[in-house]
Amino acid sequence: MKRLSSIFALTILLFVSCGKKESSGDDFSKPTTETPSSEPSSTETSSAATDAEKYDPHRGEGKYDKVDLGAKLDQAMATEGEKAAGVKCTSCHKLTDEKLVGPGWKDVTTRRKPEWIMNFITNPDPMIDKDPAVQAQLEICLVRMPNQGLSDAEARNILEYMRKNDGVK
Amino acid sequence: MKNKFIQSIFVIAVGSMLFTSCKPKDSGDAVSGDAAQKAYVAPGKYDEFYNFVSGGFSGQLSVYGLPSGRLFRVIPVFSVDPEKGWGYSEETKPMLNTSHGFVPWDDLHHTEMSQTNGEVDGRWVFANANNTPRIARVDLKTFKTAEIIELPNVGGNHSSPFITENTEYVVAGTRFSVPGDYVDGDVPINTYKQNFKGHISFVKVGKEGEMDLAFQIVTPGVNFDLSHAGKGKSHGWMFFSCYNTEQANTLLEVNASQKDKDFIMAVNWKKAEEYVKAGKAKKQSVKYVHNKWDEKTHTATSETKNEVLVLDATALKDICYMIPCPKSPHGCDVDPTGEYIVGSGKLAALIPVFSFDKLQSAITNKQFDGDYSGISVVKYEAALHGEVKKPGLGPLHTEFDAKGNAYTSMFVSSEVVKWDIKSLKVLDRVPTYYSVGHLCVPGGDSKKPFGKYMIAYNKITKDRYLPTGPELAQSAQIYDISGDKMRLILDFPTIGEPHYAQAAPADLIRNNGQYKFYKIAENNHPFAAKGEKEAKVVRQGNKVHVYMTSIRSHFAPDNIEGIKMGDEVYFHITNLEQDWDVPHGFSIKGANNAELLIMPGETTTLKWVPDRVGIFPMYCTDFCSALHQEMSGYVRVSPAGSSVPLTWSVGTNQPKI
Repeated sequence: MKRLSSIFALTILLFVSCGKKESSGDDFSKPTTETPSSEPSSTETSSAATDAEKYDPHRGEGKYDKVDLGAKLDQAMATEGEKAAGVKCTSCHKLTDEKLVGPGWKDVTTRRKPEWIMNFITNPDPMIDKDPAVQAQLEICLVRMPNQGLSDAEARNILEYMRKNDGVK
Repeated sequence: MKNKFIQSIFVIAVGSMLFTSCKPKDSGDAVSGDAAQKAYVAPGKYDEFYNFVSGGFSGQLSVYGLPSGRLFRVIPVFSVDPEKGWGYSEETKPMLNTSHGFVPWDDLHHTEMSQTNGEVDGRWVFANANNTPRIARVDLKTFKTAEIIELPNVGGNHSSPFITENTEYVVAGTRFSVPGDYVDGDVPINTYKQNFKGHISFVKVGKEGEMDLAFQIVTPGVNFDLSHAGKGKSHGWMFFSCYNTEQANTLLEVNASQKDKDFIMAVNWKKAEEYVKAGKAKKQSVKYVHNKWDEKTHTATSETKNEVLVLDATALKDICYMIPCPKSPHGCDVDPTGEYIVGSGKLAALIPVFSFDKLQSAITNKQFDGDYSGISVVKYEAALHGEVKKPGLGPLHTEFDAKGNAYTSMFVSSEVVKWDIKSLKVLDRVPTYYSVGHLCVPGGDSKKPFGKYMIAYNKITKDRYLPTGPELAQSAQIYDISGDKMRLILDFPTIGEPHYAQAAPADLIRNNGQYKFYKIAENNHPFAAKGEKEAKVVRQGNKVHVYMTSIRSHFAPDNIEGIKMGDEVYFHITNLEQDWDVPHGFSIKGANNAELLIMPGETTTLKWVPDRVGIFPMYCTDFCSALHQEMSGYVRVSPAGSSVPLTWSVGTNQPKI
């Protein structure tokens, strides 16, 4: 059992570390001596700490600061959202509270702020690395939610579809 | 006993003498102290250049980083590749179609990158198939072979694919002259002189890279070896080295090295273009195929063509000229200014360098030395800029840096010689390990060489790697050429027998509109399933089409029943991922072609003909998530005529009977 749980921990660790990629985007390795501060390894601990302090678990991380929801459901958007979700989401998410590959969608719009949902579905990797709720979820699902390359419109429509699923009329 | 001992000592001594004598000097300590630092690319850092290396008899193109020598990818081109399903999936099979049917391999010798204004532009790499003559275009946005065109009238497509300075044409000269496909080829072989002809192909390249065999030039029968396009002032001309100007047809190693000088054939392709426009080319009836990959349907098509336009070089006097070149010329390289044409005779003890300006005035002033089977021969001295004296043994190929230097590989003496193009003075030499063929300097055959590195592609790898059986790894070596002296910084093993290679700055590749994944909305594959709700199984007679999706970590459907013996099952798998770096695999027990590797957003088809009744597991072959092992399913195969209905499901067990 102990062995199992350590394997479990290791798996999580591996997966979390997997998520950090495409960091040094501009570097083309001029084979010169680098200043130590530009090495990601040396700054990782401190930046991770500051990131954790800065991280807002209600908003998440991404470009969405404020998402305006209508008082009523936008039926047209929800229909579009259903289509997009059919291509990119529902292979892994059920509309009920049943877990498939990922958690069920039921009540997600009451559990999470719209900004959080928009940020998470368009920018999952950094949030999987930082968000305590997502990290807890990852321990259950064990599959990192893939970035499905949602456009802004697709993401917003899917959010409306989630609201419809949660009974907004 | 004593005798035996002495004998064996003698054998060892002679043996080691032989060994050392064929080794270049300093094989042990040719690497200087900071070589490792110069070749080192730290984890997480990118290489500076991408090196596109021919895979020789493997038929593939390999991509290496410079200066690290790290292998990034093997791109299947002319040979089937079970790893990627190339030539095995239904969509890729047409890419390897030829007028001889499906040809599953070839011998890829040279790579040439597309250029704009004579500079490497990072769009495409062209590659030749030697055996069944073809030219391929590899798209560097996708790192996939996008197009393959077969060449008629040709045997051994060696002298290709070399491009003009704006990628107007990809040019290919035949290695073996043969009777044209449009004449009766059933002739005695010893009628070579009368009946065998050379054909040089000019393949037009469109804006999107699409290739079209524009015309061919028919020449007297010789062997064309290599080629390079003029540039700058010599733009509009193409130069081909030719050997076997003796026109022998047997024991060529003796009979094709009789003459002191063979030729470099200079072709005025702008003039040839005018003649084609003026209707001077004959339409000949031939058969060749043209295969294209469609990025939206993820599917190749193969089209058979039946005509080619042929210009006669002996009838049209001002398109081809022969320049005498000592002796059995192999390489034919044009310097960045376009003024100097370097010929390298495999058997010559010097390197002749010709001047484009002098060639032009020789042609204007008719300084000819008679003709060769109807083509004017320019006087050697009239076209000659000068000779590099005693450069080494067996000069083959020359590349250039940005500082007016040339680098020539010496096959026999296993070394690279650096010399000054203008003064023709030898400046430096370094050993290679061993028997170097082609060289590559990033941009080294363009108007703008990047210099910095030179890579030598070697034929023999003695003493670099353990003999893992009789065969060693093929090898390449990287030299730092940024200083006055060339310095070896790294060896790296290669696939196949590496021939030519090209290199471009990594930044150019990254910024060329590179694909990260296929957008699922733009997937126009006729059997795509865009989302699990489109997953289904459709029977059409004995053909069963499975529209299947894959995502971390399952297939849909993952249970299929009602397949019967005698069915042909087509698994059309759509990878629903929209995140780069997550391909999914697909394999099924007993599949006798290959697995599939499906890129994010792509649809790929595996044909499977069950050979027995039973339950057949299928699974993903590419580790995709913590639940990768769980990404699997079952197919039930029933006897022919069975009444098991066709059903499929995911997440639902069918009711027990």
